[in-house]
Amino acid sequence: MPLLSVTDLKTHYKSRDGLLRAVDGIDLVVERGETVGLVGESGCGKSTLGKTVLRLVDPTAGRIEFKGEDITVLDQRSLRGVRKSIQMIFQDPFASLNPRQTIGEILEAPLVVHKLGDRAERRQIIADIVAKVGLPPESVSRYPHEFSGGQRQRIGIARALLLNPELIVCDEPVSALDLSIQAQILNLLVEMKKEFGLSYLFISHDLSVVRYFADRVMVMYLGRIVESADNATLWSDPRHPYTRALMEAVPDPARPRQAAPLGGDLPSPSDVPSGCGFHTRCPLATDQCRAEEPEFRAIAPGHQVACHFSDHIN
Amino acid sequence: MAALLQVDNLTIRFPRAEPVRNLSFEINQGETLAIVGESGSGKSLTALALMQLLPRAAQIPNGRIAFGEQDLTKLNARGMRQLRGRDIAMIFQEPMTSLNPVMTIGRQIAEVLKVHEKLSSKAARERAIELLKLVRIPAPEKRVDDYPHQLSGGMRQRVMIAIAVACKPKLLIADEPTTALDVTIQAQVLDLLDTLRRELQMAVVLITHDLGVVAQWADKVVVMYAGRKVEQALPDDLFNDPLHPYTRGLLAASPRLKHDFHYRDGALTEIPGSIVSAVGETGCPFRPRCNQARASCGHHVPQLIVPAADRLVACPFTTSSKAVPHAAALSH
Repeated sequence: MPLLSVTDLKTHYKSRDGLLRAVDGIDLVVERGETVGLVGESGCGKSTLGKTVLRLVDPTAGRIEFKGEDITVLDQRSLRGVRKSIQMIFQDPFASLNPRQTIGEILEAPLVVHKLGDRAERRQIIADIVAKVGLPPESVSRYPHEFSGGQRQRIGIARALLLNPELIVCDEPVSALDLSIQAQILNLLVEMKKEFGLSYLFISHDLSVVRYFADRVMVMYLGRIVESADNATLWSDPRHPYTRALMEAVPDPARPRQAAPLGGDLPSPSDVPSGCGFHTRCPLATDQCRAEEPEFRAIAPGHQVACHFSDHIN
Repeated sequence: MAALLQVDNLTIRFPRAEPVRNLSFEINQGETLAIVGESGSGKSLTALALMQLLPRAAQIPNGRIAFGEQDLTKLNARGMRQLRGRDIAMIFQEPMTSLNPVMTIGRQIAEVLKVHEKLSSKAARERAIELLKLVRIPAPEKRVDDYPHQLSGGMRQRVMIAIAVACKPKLLIADEPTTALDVTIQAQVLDLLDTLRRELQMAVVLITHDLGVVAQWADKVVVMYAGRKVEQALPDDLFNDPLHPYTRGLLAASPRLKHDFHYRDGALTEIPGSIVSAVGETGCPFRPRCNQARASCGHHVPQLIVPAADRLVACPFTTSSKAVPHAAALSH
């Protein structure tokens, strides 16, 4: 049984421009001990997907199972038990830390909510976790503004780890950090994964980070998954034109410059194109793509693509 | 050929700090100079100094910013106003905060043309449409009456670029122009900037933290750390053979798309600590984080030395991993 299993999940919002299909029919599985990378550009729905999995946002349709238990319709009270096991790390740690609480107070809150330990025990748990994430012990009496960006993300990680979760949804955890700090945080996440036997759903727009960090990668465009494969396969044999364009667009010192691989902008998720959602920007689009939505189908074991012409790519 | 812009020993001082110290670089007509650094390196303040848009509390106690015949640090407000937007223009990271939300983009472009080129409203509007076409905005005749919120992030940055190049400036300062944009849009915007640079023979100062962008778009690179230039090189040299321990650390720390390296293979190389450790450092600002630091590194700030042609590095202990047969001298 997978740790997390999501079936045909949809999260739609009502907006002034009509129905916004942020997440529009997604299947997703995270196995125990696995890191699944979810890549896409802003507006593709990847953060909404993460929040829906945590039930911070209510899904419109579909099913979310955690360790076999259907959590799609659990009420807030019953969700509490599940929330202990699924935690989240956010992009901007400063925005997710109360500026008027000390780190000790911030870290104690979840323990109090979940009624874990007495005062002395809680203090010990906090001291342990603070040391594990590489912060000095005196951090507990300091306030968030006294820390640098990288240290704040360590606090965010400490908070996520406190309740001994099994799955952590990381939403762009290193995007706001300087390059020299990114490596520190990525290494810490790997260490914690090993130490606590964690699984990650790792949401990022940064392909090179996902390349390093994920076991399996899903590429998202306009609320749907367009390609899914294990890490090595995706980078060596990408079959969706969007995946390829994303890879080509990353400027890499090891490669000469190329012309921009894609023109145009991401279409609005409240006005999704007919047929294949990517046809408005796809260099290979034909009439078939404009009319018919491609099926998300397996082209090899563990490798799925939603493209009519995936056989012609490469 | 004399440099278009020559910055000599620029120091920016605030009452309690000197975020930029003794910075020198030059840029020629039509050239792209990248200034790379992380937050706190002083790269954005340097950009603001070039525009003479530093916060009021900041002073320039020493240094010169020579633009043609003029020293911008000595120019009065009126003189600077005439240059700004006409000869030197700037684009910023977040176009939404630099555009006026209650003014159509057409009027914002026209404003520059009315001020600097004294065009009539009608002529300025026509030029605005031409400029929108130049920056590849589809249906410019319609878009000219749009407000910023009606445009996507990439389109807004194109509008900023249209405003910046309206008077065909000699120098364009681009401060993290694509940091807020998606990677496929970033590629489009950088393509556009480079095309305009060639067509208009503009020099571009490209300020960025993204090493990939630097590698592919710059003619020359300045690496800054804690307010100082620590290395300068041609992009190929910098990436093939970084000399300063900080540059080496940055390149080693960054996960790369084309490198087959996975977390199961091992940890990423870290630069320990943070840039905060440079505060109050009397020796080399990178010393507290440097894996090659020696006792003497704490004695004084290392001078820039010329390890090879077209290169500068502020570390006396660095040796190239590649043999350099002739260490030709640089002008400075």
